[in-house]
Amino acid sequence: MSNRTVIPFGPQHPVLPEPIQLKLELQDETVVSAVPHIGYVHRGIEKAAERMEYTQNVFLVERVCGICSFIHALCYCQGIEQLQNIEAPPRAKYLRVIWSELHRLHSHHLWLGLFADAFGYESLFMQFWRNREMLMDIFDKTAGSRVIISTCAIGGTRRDISDAHLQEILDTLDEVNKQLDKSIPVILNDYSVRKRTVGIGKITREQALELGAAGPVLRANGVAQDMRQLGYAAYGELGFEPVTENDGDCYARAKVRARECYQSVDLVRKAIRQLPDGEILTKPKGRPKGRVISRVEQPRGELLYFLAADGTNRLDRLRIRTPTFANVPPLVAMLPGCELADVPVIVLSIDPCISCTER
Amino acid sequence: MNILQKSRAKSPWILHYDAGACNGCDIEILACLTPVYDIERFGMVNVGNPKHADVLLVTGTCNKRSARVLKNLYDQMPDPKVVVAVGACALSGGIFHECYNVLQGVDGTVPVDVYVPGCAPRPEAIMEGVMMALEKMNKR
Repeated sequence: MSNRTVIPFGPQHPVLPEPIQLKLELQDETVVSAVPHIGYVHRGIEKAAERMEYTQNVFLVERVCGICSFIHALCYCQGIEQLQNIEAPPRAKYLRVIWSELHRLHSHHLWLGLFADAFGYESLFMQFWRNREMLMDIFDKTAGSRVIISTCAIGGTRRDISDAHLQEILDTLDEVNKQLDKSIPVILNDYSVRKRTVGIGKITREQALELGAAGPVLRANGVAQDMRQLGYAAYGELGFEPVTENDGDCYARAKVRARECYQSVDLVRKAIRQLPDGEILTKPKGRPKGRVISRVEQPRGELLYFLAADGTNRLDRLRIRTPTFANVPPLVAMLPGCELADVPVIVLSIDPCISCTER
Repeated sequence: MNILQKSRAKSPWILHYDAGACNGCDIEILACLTPVYDIERFGMVNVGNPKHADVLLVTGTCNKRSARVLKNLYDQMPDPKVVVAVGACALSGGIFHECYNVLQGVDGTVPVDVYVPGCAPRPEAIMEGVMMALEKMNKR
């Protein structure tokens, strides 16, 4: 058609901290189709994991994504532990839950902030990111680093959390909860925010299932699927129920993540209350042999690692399937029919993590 | 220092491009903008348009596809301009230096003025790097 224009959205775009390109075909102001182009952050981690020793790979997979680095390491370590037939000590399992949930909490804060920024609510962005700094201070205190904390090891955790720090975490979470009570209602109830999110980027439950959506995008369509239901680490002992919403639009996705923030706070509190004493590391014996699939829940959805090892100190194959990759087809289904001005909001509503997607 | 140089030094505008990082450095750059670190007190503003920017912050190892975009962004920035490479990957490739799709650092693609090491560097280090880059820019 002659009166259609193609607008490249990205790779360098103010609302995207990461490079992905969407070629948007427009009829006037309405998006007709969107074609994603990826490959700007592909590094080749899966191949590098075959070259490095399986113990070194823990540090490599942490750098698949800097936002949920602990959860990547957890998924890898659980896979290797299954191959070596060892089990992490109970205290390590609870510590893993604490760090995982803190990562989810900081990732959701980050997302809520960026989402607010996408529809131009900059002061709300600043509020969420100020709250997030309290969580970054916890990582700094307990692990010595703000972003890549490197506390997960094969057979347990590399570091313990002292009682004084546990108390500090609880105090910080009280403050985080108080701040969430102030900021979340703005995202959920504010008139202009609702105007930008309710009914925007809507997909049906059937579409979400058919296109293989994962995580909050799927749960916003009323499907109670969350890998934490598998009960890995100590989740089985903490009484976990997934959060679901039914509308399948940007507002529902924001609401799922907002409610998951409170849920993470509760899970960390519960884990600290039940934290057993004892060892934090089981010494691994022998080398991994066999094939295994390891699944955990990332802030963005299901993370899947396939590991194949033949008894040497290197892996035969490491396959990483990340949730954003699964959420790109639903994104392409959400975009047609929307206004150009809504594109940033819709793109951010799947919480894109491009460095995960491309590895 | 003439008035143009002075105003530029008091309010440098920043362009950020992720050339293939793990996100860690990118969120630390965003953290610099937020209330706890608040780089706006130095007059720094994050902009999306390369034609408005004075400082280019690059994170991550470069690959062939992003190198083209990075070069394009650098060429569009008006002179004088400075480039700050943030994080171990942008310096040398870091943990990914042996990966097949990695160009081992961004200095093969654009001339780098200041290198900020760390995985990921702390926001204080990134701010220090930008301040050092501004000193270099003022001498040009």
